[in-house]
Amino acid sequence: MSAPSRRALLAQAGSMLALASAPALAAPGPDFAFPGGNGARPLAKDFPQKGSMVLQRSRPPLLETPFTDFDSGVFTPNEKFFVRWHWSMIPTEIDPVSFRLKVHGQVERELSLSLSELAQFERVEIAAVNQCSGNSRGFFEPRVAGAQWGNGGMGNARWSGVRLRDVLDKAGVKSGAVAARFSGLDQPSVSEGPSFKKSLNIDRARQPEVIIAYAMNGKPLPLLNGYPIRLVVPGWYSTYWMKMLSDIELLDAPDDNYWMKTAYLIPDTPRADIKPGQAGVTMVPINRMVPRSFITNLGAGAKLKARSATTIRGLAMGGDCGVAKVEVSADGGQTWIDAKLGRDEGPYSFRQWTTRMPMSDSGNAVLAARCTNTKGEVQPDAANWNASGFMRNVIERLPVTVI
Amino acid sequence: MRGIAAIVAGVLMLATSAMAAPGPVFKSQAIELPPDAAIFPDGPNVKVVTQNCLACHSADMVLDQPLLPRATWAAEVTKMRNVYKAPITDADAALIVDYLAATHAPP
Repeated sequence: MSAPSRRALLAQAGSMLALASAPALAAPGPDFAFPGGNGARPLAKDFPQKGSMVLQRSRPPLLETPFTDFDSGVFTPNEKFFVRWHWSMIPTEIDPVSFRLKVHGQVERELSLSLSELAQFERVEIAAVNQCSGNSRGFFEPRVAGAQWGNGGMGNARWSGVRLRDVLDKAGVKSGAVAARFSGLDQPSVSEGPSFKKSLNIDRARQPEVIIAYAMNGKPLPLLNGYPIRLVVPGWYSTYWMKMLSDIELLDAPDDNYWMKTAYLIPDTPRADIKPGQAGVTMVPINRMVPRSFITNLGAGAKLKARSATTIRGLAMGGDCGVAKVEVSADGGQTWIDAKLGRDEGPYSFRQWTTRMPMSDSGNAVLAARCTNTKGEVQPDAANWNASGFMRNVIERLPVTVI
Repeated sequence: MRGIAAIVAGVLMLATSAMAAPGPVFKSQAIELPPDAAIFPDGPNVKVVTQNCLACHSADMVLDQPLLPRATWAAEVTKMRNVYKAPITDADAALIVDYLAATHAPP
């Protein structure tokens, strides 16, 4: 066993200091009612550049958007956007003058771009949902280890930046390059630990919607969301959206680093769905997202008036394409009515929807929303399951009381 | 087709943004992260758990997990050592698993 690294010792000293000081400000927050319990979380108001967030983990920060915030519109405010880091060694200070983005490996010309040089490339904007691979993991049954997200490990923003492809073209990708590997300024807290790196195959990397973003919702990224720049991979899970992007390496062979070869793998089955303990499953890197929809203006246990129409409103996403249809049910999914779709902000964005639902006689009722995307994929009745808790997209059901 | 649609959408968005949005402004940013909000509750070997586990992550990473059987906790500790290279001794690893099995496992 090796001796603790200097970094680990420093981190440990830091945590001891943290223990000695006052605990972080935390107020009571939601109870996610996960199967088997342990779903109560505090709200944290003391993370820099962030508003009140569901505290999933102090260090490395794991902050969830309180679900009621999703009712405020189709874009998630920066200060409410979820936060997720893998290692606790996150730079807490960024000097934009000395910051450089390096492009190297299988390229004709190595680049070391300052932010002002990066801003010279053509500016593009795209609205896109950023969703953690394990969003909603806490609802898996049987439960699985990992960040125990409710449904708020996602957000939608209008991202501004430059095309990754344009930067790659400036460097001149050699014909032998098969993948682009991205890393950021965060570092392992143990020096021998695997640095967080993610790759896209070269064809995916060159698609025009993949951008290096320097702004979200028209403002600089909060540091915890990746200031000064992050990768935006519309339609794919956020594990690829490298924060504090500082290094792009063009590889001449598929990436075999831990975060591509071992972590973030899904069963190569429809909806990444297997039975617990199922053997002989081929695993592949997680990739495209799948359709989801959520009711945002009502919570579990809401009281609705009998024999009258009630407004039901929410958000939907197609995954890696647009939303074709959202249907709403007030009888647990036996009958459905079409919701009215709100303004189209592009195929990778949330789409707001609303409907007026006639409620029946008093009693318990179960509301549900179901999205069909433009590829014809429909959210399923039954939840998928895999050992990592990835890609949940079952029809959400909301128990309410009709009085 | 989708690629073309994305390009068209991008051009449209570019046209609208060119008027509204100025170029990016980058200013120095410095933040301070808050201290840990949770501590490991009392239990067997809690000092060993605190000394080892808090080197890399706060206690809520563990406390927020569902109740997991001892074998799952043992696998998690092994992952912390083998994959994430946590410098935990064999002796401490066994004590940590004992703590987790005693405080955070199904009855």
